Amino acid sequence: MGKKIVKIIKIDANKCNGCRACEVICAAFHATPKYSSVNPARSRIQMMRDPMRDIFVPVYAGELAKAECMGRNVYIMDGRQYDECSFCRSACPSRDLFKEPDSKLPLKCDMCEDDPPQEEPLCVKWCLEDALTYEEREEEVEDDVKSDEMEMGIKALVDKYGLDNVVDTMARMSEKG
Amino acid sequence: MRYAETGYNLEIDLTRGNIEKVETDPRDTELYLGGLGTNAKIIWDRVPPETDAFAPENVLIFSAGLLCGTPATSANRTIVTSISPQTKLFQYSMMGGFWAPELKLAGYDKVIMRGKAPNLVYIWINNDKVEIRDASHLQGKGAVETQELIKAELNEPKAQVAAIGLAGENRVFFASIEQARASCSRGGLGAVMGSKNVKAIAVRGTKDLYIAKPAELIGLINEVLEYTKWRNEHPIPNYMPILASLGSPQEMKHDDEKWHTENFSWGNSRTRRRGFWNQDIAEDWKKTMETMQGRLISCFNCPNKCGATLTPPGQPTYMMKCFTKLTYTMAAFSDLAFGLSIAQRATEYGIDGYSGPQVMAFGFELLEAGILSDADFAGMPEDNDGKFYWLLDRIVRREGIGDILADGTYWAAERIGKGAQAFAHNNIRKHEQLPLKLGTMDPIYYLLYCCNEKATVTQIEGNFPQAPFRTQEEKDAFVSDWFQCPSERIKEVVQKWSFKGEFAGPYYPTPEMCSEIVDWQERMHYVDDCVGICAGMSAFPLKPPYHLFNYPKIISAASGIEMDTDELVKITKRVRNLVRANNIIRGLRRVDEVPPEDHWNKRFPELEKELLDTYYKYKGWNNDGVPTKEFLHELNLDYVAEDFEKRGIYSETPSYELAAQKEKEV
Ligand code: SF4
Ligand code: SF4
Ligand code: SF4
Repeated sequence: MGKKIVKIIKIDANKCNGCRACEVICAAFHATPKYSSVNPARSRIQMMRDPMRDIFVPVYAGELAKAECMGRNVYIMDGRQYDECSFCRSACPSRDLFKEPDSKLPLKCDMCEDDPPQEEPLCVKWCLEDALTYEEREEEVEDDVKSDEMEMGIKALVDKYGLDNVVDTMARMSEKG
Repeated sequence: MRYAETGYNLEIDLTRGNIEKVETDPRDTELYLGGLGTNAKIIWDRVPPETDAFAPENVLIFSAGLLCGTPATSANRTIVTSISPQTKLFQYSMMGGFWAPELKLAGYDKVIMRGKAPNLVYIWINNDKVEIRDASHLQGKGAVETQELIKAELNEPKAQVAAIGLAGENRVFFASIEQARASCSRGGLGAVMGSKNVKAIAVRGTKDLYIAKPAELIGLINEVLEYTKWRNEHPIPNYMPILASLGSPQEMKHDDEKWHTENFSWGNSRTRRRGFWNQDIAEDWKKTMETMQGRLISCFNCPNKCGATLTPPGQPTYMMKCFTKLTYTMAAFSDLAFGLSIAQRATEYGIDGYSGPQVMAFGFELLEAGILSDADFAGMPEDNDGKFYWLLDRIVRREGIGDILADGTYWAAERIGKGAQAFAHNNIRKHEQLPLKLGTMDPIYYLLYCCNEKATVTQIEGNFPQAPFRTQEEKDAFVSDWFQCPSERIKEVVQKWSFKGEFAGPYYPTPEMCSEIVDWQERMHYVDDCVGICAGMSAFPLKPPYHLFNYPKIISAASGIEMDTDELVKITKRVRNLVRANNIIRGLRRVDEVPPEDHWNKRFPELEKELLDTYYKYKGWNNDGVPTKEFLHELNLDYVAEDFEKRGIYSETPSYELAAQKEKEV
């Protein structure tokens, strides 16, 4: 048995005032060099914001979706109808969200990975409304889970590309170090 | 490479439909920073004083401040500048919201419009792609509605749109420009936009804005944020709650309106209703606010929540902040439910929430006094609230009596005659003021009212307490952590200043001390208006996060321009005098620098004269309020002095002597 840290950002959308400070600091932090430019379109957190309908949802960039979903969802809560895909974290071919504005490469929240580590994710730090709060939780993990996961992943690649291709690629990658 | 600014302006000739992206001179940024400063320079260079506000030759500038779009907290002001149809002077008006940072991210510092479009258009700025688009389908649409319609037709939910309503289209002299939860209200710049046939400017930007010294800037802004947090948890003790925290006066948050309803005047700024506020009203108004308010909201990158979304029953949602909450209610002697619901319609029409209600109350006073007749108001409903809706509709359409009132109280009174002038009693420079009528003349406020280039006291006051603290302990406690205060002398004033005795008004603070205080108060606003930081985080509240000591470092870290406090002070003097120069060539002189005659009940003519004499000298102006040649030279504004000389301004008979002569003749 091992332990892993689960990092959680809690989003209290009712507290959000729509200021987009979270977008500003995320974009600045991920600039190279750090903080050398601002462009909220590059932020890994995006505000779904429509004050006229009282919609204020901060959404974090998650995994890349290679293809758009078979169908889309529209949520209605407390009488408010949210736009299609409002809560989805994916950079997806169906929309511009969570993509670098020039290269269109997908963006993903990395919880402000840094060396030395930040005390807390920066969007959380800059949200003085406490709409975003940070928690860490320790979770027990089975040691072999990782290899299980890996096996599943490789199997998927083999199914897709064929064993030879996958082996060749692995060999090439290990040469490069 | 340019930092903090993009280094480009968009120049749009509306007559020819020509759009150009023009690189700006970095030297201008060093001299005037940006925002108001560089706007003042453009107006000086391009708009001669003979130009009418509505002439195609007039220029209308939408500018971001220097820090807008950088990580600097609350850097979100759009500074709109042109010539006002009402005051006929240089007019600047700011709005918060989200527009200015978006413009910077699209790659521009300013949009400069000249000429007049052949028909109603809107401008769509999408990074490098800029178009002038037909807006005939938006004619007559509300200012808020238009923003939504444009975003929908462009399919750009993230675009930011600044728009005018019917009032702007019809050139109402107090028409506003609306954007998200903010509006550019004062001085009728919405009417100038209407006169150019521009319904809206939409912008979307996804480019990078660069920072000169990244690590330094983030360090400084983190300090600003930490202090903001602390300051919001520690409102100023023994001070009016709506003014004790940061941000604009917290009108959307606080329900207790005893102070405003009993200290400000009702109707056409006439009646003070002491004892008005009671338990029943408090409960009723609280309920109104609770029913209509959606949530408290901020401007771009700001942790304060000065605005709110409001939905009056059966009406569309709109956004509001600050004192517009009460201006309609009080002008009409009505209740909060009426005020918030007529404000929805007025916001869609796009009118100034200060001037608009007063103009209507003025109209009804003239009717009551028999100067206007029932015929002028034919078709008006009987009930009080209904009358106001009716008149509002006439004004924004310029129908009948509405056409006359649409010029504001000063010009309407001139047109009506028959003694109507005496009813336009609450103006400075022809511009309606907050409905305040007070007891004894206050020397600091006297100077603030007189010498305020914008003729709007909230745009010059701040940082210094509005009244003395009561006890010595309170006074000492206040100055003990007042690091924002630039002078020991000013601290001493607060420690001595009292309600009674030797250190009470109007003779204390002395004219010298008042000059120093007012100069500082005003300076803070000039910095804010150049860099685009909200006054609610700087010039307006007591003990703000931005002040003269961290500002130079922040500006320098963001823009790369070397700066210290002395240099920043010098720049603000330069900008302040360039703004004034724009007004001097338009005829502004000492005789124009007067508060409304009835603003205070007890006046002190000799002291008031001494105050102005002293302040002018302190400012480097001659006794008629004209910046001296020597002083302009010190500020690298020789070109202004030369122009003054050419126009013979230095050799004129002073305005106060002319006025005295005239009085003798009568
Ligand atoms: S910083 Fe907080 S309040 Fe502001 S938009 Fe982001 S989540 Fe909302
Ligand atoms: S946690 Fe860090 S990387 Fe993720 S959205 Fe927030 S600021 Fe961006
Ligand atoms: S302090 Fe208030 S008005 Fe100023 S930027 Fe913040 S939310 Fe806007």
